[in-house]
Amino acid sequence: MSDVAIHIEKIGKQYHIGRKVNQHKNLYDVLTDAFVSPFRRAGKLLRGQATGATDLDETIWALRDVSLEIKHGEIVGLIGRNGAGKSTLLSILSHITEPTEGYAEIRGRVGSLLEVGTGFHPELTGRDNIFLNGAILGMRRAEILRKFDEIVSFAEIEKFIDTPVKHFSSGMYVRLAFAVAAHLEPEILIIDEVLAVGDAAFQKKCLGQMREVSRGGRTVFFVSHNMEVIENLCRRGIVLQDGQVAFSGEMKHAVDYYLHSIDGSRPGHGSHIIDLSNAAGRPARYRPLLQRLELYTDQGRPLKDGLPMGAGLKAYIHFKLEEPTSNFGACLAFDSLFGQRVFTAHSIFEPHSAWGERMGEQVFVCEIPSLTLVPGEYKITMALDIDKSERDSVEDAAHLRILRSDYYGTGWSPWNGMFVLKHRWHLSGPQEQ
Amino acid sequence: MRVQEQLEELDATTDLPTLPASVPVTRIESSGAWPSLKLREVWAYRELIYFLIWRDLKARYKQTVLGGGWAIIQPLFTMVIFSFFFGRLAKVPSDGIPYALFAFSALVPWGLFSHGLNQAANSLVINTSLIKKVYFPRLVIPIAKVLSGLVDFSLAFIVLLGMMVYYDVHPTLKVLWLPFFLLLAIATALGVAFWLSAANVHVRDVEQTLPFLTQIWLFATPIAYPSSLLSEPWRTVYGINPMVGVIEGFRWALLGAKTAPGSILAVSSLAAVAILVSGAFWFRRLEKTFADVL
Repeated sequence: MSDVAIHIEKIGKQYHIGRKVNQHKNLYDVLTDAFVSPFRRAGKLLRGQATGATDLDETIWALRDVSLEIKHGEIVGLIGRNGAGKSTLLSILSHITEPTEGYAEIRGRVGSLLEVGTGFHPELTGRDNIFLNGAILGMRRAEILRKFDEIVSFAEIEKFIDTPVKHFSSGMYVRLAFAVAAHLEPEILIIDEVLAVGDAAFQKKCLGQMREVSRGGRTVFFVSHNMEVIENLCRRGIVLQDGQVAFSGEMKHAVDYYLHSIDGSRPGHGSHIIDLSNAAGRPARYRPLLQRLELYTDQGRPLKDGLPMGAGLKAYIHFKLEEPTSNFGACLAFDSLFGQRVFTAHSIFEPHSAWGERMGEQVFVCEIPSLTLVPGEYKITMALDIDKSERDSVEDAAHLRILRSDYYGTGWSPWNGMFVLKHRWHLSGPQEQ
Repeated sequence: MRVQEQLEELDATTDLPTLPASVPVTRIESSGAWPSLKLREVWAYRELIYFLIWRDLKARYKQTVLGGGWAIIQPLFTMVIFSFFFGRLAKVPSDGIPYALFAFSALVPWGLFSHGLNQAANSLVINTSLIKKVYFPRLVIPIAKVLSGLVDFSLAFIVLLGMMVYYDVHPTLKVLWLPFFLLLAIATALGVAFWLSAANVHVRDVEQTLPFLTQIWLFATPIAYPSSLLSEPWRTVYGINPMVGVIEGFRWALLGAKTAPGSILAVSSLAAVAILVSGAFWFRRLEKTFADVL
């Protein structure tokens, strides 16, 4: 049992969500209620009932009957929709709020990072805030002193260390805040969606740091909405749904489960996950090897309503290889509604395409940093090649809507032609009098 | 059963390091109606108290012209006003001590108390983000607010010493009692701070009552007048307000006011301990609701 870091046993958390709505009949009732209720409430508080006064409040269970076991050194990703109880669970494990029922046993020092820069004071300098934030997160002064230089260089703010943080750019602020937290050394690290901030380069650095942390034998419990990050970082995934554990297992399966659950609850058009196993656009001669297409923005956000012109697209193509092969490729083609092929993205165009021998379920990720098609509706056609011949294809697998955007930064949204390209204009020669 | 299978598969394939058995085990569950004070934990977080005080001071006097001077100006002006209205016009007796010194010697410890009261009452509300996002013993917050008043107190105390030199008042060995009266003031301030700050989380009315609560308490304490105006046994009963003991104690220990406050002191000490202990337990009782209510 001693390899268990966190043991959660039937934890439940009940919240009071305000008073029951009283139907006021007339002005008299309203006035008497306004006059009497403060006394009634004060009385309840004095009698110590206010904390558990179910007759005062409407209640909801944010978590119910959650049991989990997390081992030392595991990196566990927690996913679920807003309101599924992720934050509540982290709050309970971080000792911030108490469970209403059940218990959790935690072996080791816990460091939690539910917010970046908690306790930062805008008037104080970067240096001051490192000490303050470190102390708040439970670091000793000696510990902070020891790691001070490391923190400063990690945050890349050497020049501004004695500037009040109110003058920091938001990027610097976040970097500093994460740098302090990243140098915590607890046995168990609890992290809530903190990587959503900061630029891509810094995010990468943070991920690296977190991987480093877990390599040191520490346990990480991590919440994120960014499926890519979480899949990249975590081996085990837990899906929370309506305050209960809906799935617990390998991260990849957890993400699948989660995405499916979103898809299932939002039927019809506008979904970013397209099931291809029974697609109508597949020629009858093909067996369904292409399983699923998922569309995201380059930020990893599900693509639901369309993509602004020039924005990045990220497509996940789930497919199956029935026998081991290293010679396979997939393609993603964009057709206008008139049937004109506008653009084809093919994995053979990837210079580093030595995929190695694969078999079974695979996922191709196709990234288009800037999709410069003009606004309108496009059909996506997909194909899978094995040994240079087409083995599966789905025509009109999905529709993609490109939205108007200020691509050239002039306030005008281009409308003509089929695509936009960066270009320059100037008048040649000097101005004539 | 898919979940179970996957978990087992995971268990079989992962080779995880085990930590020594000596790691601390924390059990998280609903604490009872009256949780223990966990003072050892508060002690373990003493560095955080220090940093919070330091943050308060740095932030409070940043971008002010007079900075720490404000710690002196406030009691000094109150003293001038009291001297004029009570000392000059109303001819309030002052136990044979020059009235200005009489008033100021009371205003210095009173400042410590009222600072604690006013700063601590909404301290939890102000630190909502901390409380909702980080774990630490919540008692740390009002404690830091009350103790940060000690800096202002020290500055004002230096002025008090200067006034004693000016009025040629020499302290005797009784001055050795002074730390005890200071402790009594801190204990009272802490107790009241615990009560008010915790209550304010649930009922923000507390903040609204603060100005006149402070004012009533000011006049219910022998600052502008001596407690010797009361006859026994009422003077002893008066000691139920622990600040009575503090103020009389300060005057007795520093200025050699004639009447030793023995019985007042006993009553005040008991009252202070009662407020402190009950306040701490009340705070701990409400503490578990802070993160949910704020």
